[in-house]
Amino acid sequence: MAKRDRMSGNEAVAIAMRQINPDVMGAFPITPSTEIPQYYSQYIADGKVDTEFVAVESEHSAMSVCIGASAAGARAVTATSSAGLAYMWELLYVAASARLPITMAVVNRALTGPININNDHSDSMGARDSGWIQIYAETNQEVYDNYIQAMPISETIRLPIMICQDGFITSHGVSNIELMEDEEVKDFVGEYNPENYLLKHENPLAVGPYGISPYYMEVKRSQAQAMKDAMPIIMDVAKRFEKVTGRKYGFFEEYMMDDAEVALVVIGSSAGTGKEAVDRLRAEGKKVGLIKLRVFRPFPRVPLAEAMCKVKAVAIMDKAESFSNSGGPLFNEARNSLYDLPNKPYAINYIYGLGGRDITVEDYYEIYNDLFIINETDDPGDVYRYVGVRDSRFGERGFDHKKYEE
Amino acid sequence: MKTRAKDINEKITWQDVTTGAEIYEPATSLLVETGDWRVMVPVFKEENCKHCMLCVPYCPDSSIPVKDGKRLDFDFVHCKGCGICYKVCPFDAIDFIKEEK
Repeated sequence: MAKRDRMSGNEAVAIAMRQINPDVMGAFPITPSTEIPQYYSQYIADGKVDTEFVAVESEHSAMSVCIGASAAGARAVTATSSAGLAYMWELLYVAASARLPITMAVVNRALTGPININNDHSDSMGARDSGWIQIYAETNQEVYDNYIQAMPISETIRLPIMICQDGFITSHGVSNIELMEDEEVKDFVGEYNPENYLLKHENPLAVGPYGISPYYMEVKRSQAQAMKDAMPIIMDVAKRFEKVTGRKYGFFEEYMMDDAEVALVVIGSSAGTGKEAVDRLRAEGKKVGLIKLRVFRPFPRVPLAEAMCKVKAVAIMDKAESFSNSGGPLFNEARNSLYDLPNKPYAINYIYGLGGRDITVEDYYEIYNDLFIINETDDPGDVYRYVGVRDSRFGERGFDHKKYEE
Repeated sequence: MKTRAKDINEKITWQDVTTGAEIYEPATSLLVETGDWRVMVPVFKEENCKHCMLCVPYCPDSSIPVKDGKRLDFDFVHCKGCGICYKVCPFDAIDFIKEEK
């Protein structure tokens, strides 16, 4: 029997970890993920779990602990945010190329410059090409559910996985969620029994060999294949999860998309505000929809493109700047995925919410209004836009929708 | 996937690479020629050798084989030509010369 309880997203991760009881945790505190090792060390002190808790001197070492433990055959976890994730950078690639199924709770926070502790996706988006699976959550419930699904996915395909949630918004915001019973979680996640590991003395193993140029590219190609092969595994695990909990997951969630004329694609907690805007606009008879992307790595190129093709204009929302001069990371990949389709919608980008800047229902009204104008005028205008930034040319919303009204 | 070290070479396809490029057996360096970038080469002068065995532990690449209490000629598949053996030999039993290839 499932039980309901109120808690923050950080506590939800810590409880999921307690239910799983992983072998090793490399831990170093950083806002806003600090509570995860904090709650978890309490579980250890209370004798509820027997995880080897390694309090290290940096995130670089936290990830190194996970790599060593995972190569040795242990189920290894950690949690981090922002600069902590940035400090793990070189090890992220080591973990992925050695195909070590490490689970990391990422509590998304802006990267410094200027220093800021609030939420955006610049930390994990910066790590998007490191070879880790990345799954994002809108709500505390999804944070918990994604964490429970993490190990069955990553250990099957042997890729490390980031379970991402929005710093403070879900990590510290308290809401009522449904927990699985401890036994249900143990059954669902199962024991970790790798085929080869360093401590298996009857089977000598070398991990992380020197890959000179005649080998490196073949190793990378097989890693790329693993990311591709993770797609059906993610869906299989989601189906199995639905059987146990009744809660359905996919690569993304489509909200009011069936008859929508315009839509937006968004990651994380901002989808909640977006759905509120959709509900209100629907009440006025406006056919708007929303796609909430859950799985960013592997990028669900084909199904996402098909979903976006249901509408005539789509706004792709990025809570991270990539300084590419061609839009944010989600925009570039989502828009790219449309290229081969014959009846593709207009696709425009909004950079929003950087460093914890709120995105409001009113902001979404403006964006949907923009999309309707693009539909009518058949003119997408500048596709690389900001929303919610003070701009001396346009007023507070940072783009000039009036341009399309003229 | 080719899991035997002897089958892992510069011709294998990406489909044959092991997961994470793991190697599932010990001492596979025996199969790999790492002495080919040597510039200087030690020369064993057996007539001077007292088989004191000082050179053997000094060799960083275990390239001095020993059999029945006597050292043999160098393992040139793995010797890098560092010259440490030549420096430590008390009996002038090792020369160290430029290698001609």
